[in-house]
Amino acid sequence: MILDGSLGKAYLITLQPLAIGIVLCGAAGIGFGIGMGLSRSVEWLSLPVFIILQAAPMAAIIPLLTYMYGIGLTSKVLAVIMLAAPVIVMNSYKGIRNTPPSLLQMCRSFQGTRGQEVVKIVLPHAAALIFTGLRLGLAMGFIGIVIAELLITPTGIGDLITYNSSVADYPKMFATIASIVAVAAISLHLLERLERRWFP
Amino acid sequence: MIVEVKNVAKTYDNGVEALRDVNLAFPPGQLSTLLGPSGCGKTTLLKIIAGLIPKSAGEVWVKGKKVDAPGPERAFVFQDFALLPWADVLRNVGFGLELRGVPRAEREEVARKYIGEVGLKGFEHRHPSQLSGGMRQRVGLARALTVDADIILMDEPFSSVDEQTRRKFQEDLLDLLRQHQKTVIFVTHSIEEAAYLSDQIALLSPRPGTVSKIVRPAVDHSRSPDEIRRDRGYLDTVDEIWTILRKYV
Repeated sequence: MILDGSLGKAYLITLQPLAIGIVLCGAAGIGFGIGMGLSRSVEWLSLPVFIILQAAPMAAIIPLLTYMYGIGLTSKVLAVIMLAAPVIVMNSYKGIRNTPPSLLQMCRSFQGTRGQEVVKIVLPHAAALIFTGLRLGLAMGFIGIVIAELLITPTGIGDLITYNSSVADYPKMFATIASIVAVAAISLHLLERLERRWFP
Repeated sequence: MIVEVKNVAKTYDNGVEALRDVNLAFPPGQLSTLLGPSGCGKTTLLKIIAGLIPKSAGEVWVKGKKVDAPGPERAFVFQDFALLPWADVLRNVGFGLELRGVPRAEREEVARKYIGEVGLKGFEHRHPSQLSGGMRQRVGLARALTVDADIILMDEPFSSVDEQTRRKFQEDLLDLLRQHQKTVIFVTHSIEEAAYLSDQIALLSPRPGTVSKIVRPAVDHSRSPDEIRRDRGYLDTVDEIWTILRKYV
């Protein structure tokens, strides 16, 4: 499958919505999390949404996405976002909220401004947790994209799995499943190594 | 008097009355201690003087001006050190200057000078996690000295430092403060520490905290540490304080 290019082609299709979804989540999710951590009103507005998203069974919501956004790229990206966003947002939010109060007092005692407080203390302190959130978000994204490809329209890896299972070519089906597990595990491991390097 | 506390009271939002009608004056160039059992509001009082928490009533005057917020004439040393874990000693010590926008080269030069004075030369590029409790507090002290405030406020700075380190640190502290002519307000629950270090001790009674007595230890601080610890005046002060405080515990 590697040699005839079918696996490579499938990954090219599968990884596209995953990459788009994670990048969007990375930017907007971290932004939201930081906003929620810093401002009570943003917190009041959006915390319930993310708690509900975290609790909702995604497999049940995906048909709804198909109904609203069709079977194209949009629904798949949305599936990735809905799974990945809550962990990314919640981790950024907790990272901000858990800033030790004595560090904030220290900053104020040296007449630091609110801006300096955020840039020099709150954000560096939250950075490690934000990155952990990104890593967990990617793990959820892999789950999201495979569910989407199995439930919405079989494309990419989802297509290879459904097609090979329907023609009873089980070796190929298992090879595909093993490969997606391996790709997910390896990319998470690489991110974890990066995390250890940056935030020892 | 460089710092004056007039009729200060503090009641927390949850209804706990921490301080009631506290009146205190702190002479310049001296080390004054706020001493009392835990829960007597001594840290609260210190943080009110620092402008870190709002008071419910009363006034704080620093160098002839009424204050409600932190100012450049006061520097705070925290009980839990409050060091940036991701920054090395050099950046931590220079952090007060960094917040004031002092250029990097200049603040690092000042930081290096005070790192040397507190005895941490050679540790400039270590991170707080690589230092012992005593060394971390030396970083906290150096940071307070760099901003060249006249008044240093210290909140139980030695409470998480082991006994041997504490003695050495106390001696170094006395030396440093005398050199720099600082006014120090120092919070502690250790009677020996208060008697050993202070020119003036304010004893606080617990809940709500009020000043129950002011003691001026008859201790000659120019003598050697070992002499002081065997000194008649020092021992009498410890006894006198204990007679008062034992009523509260």
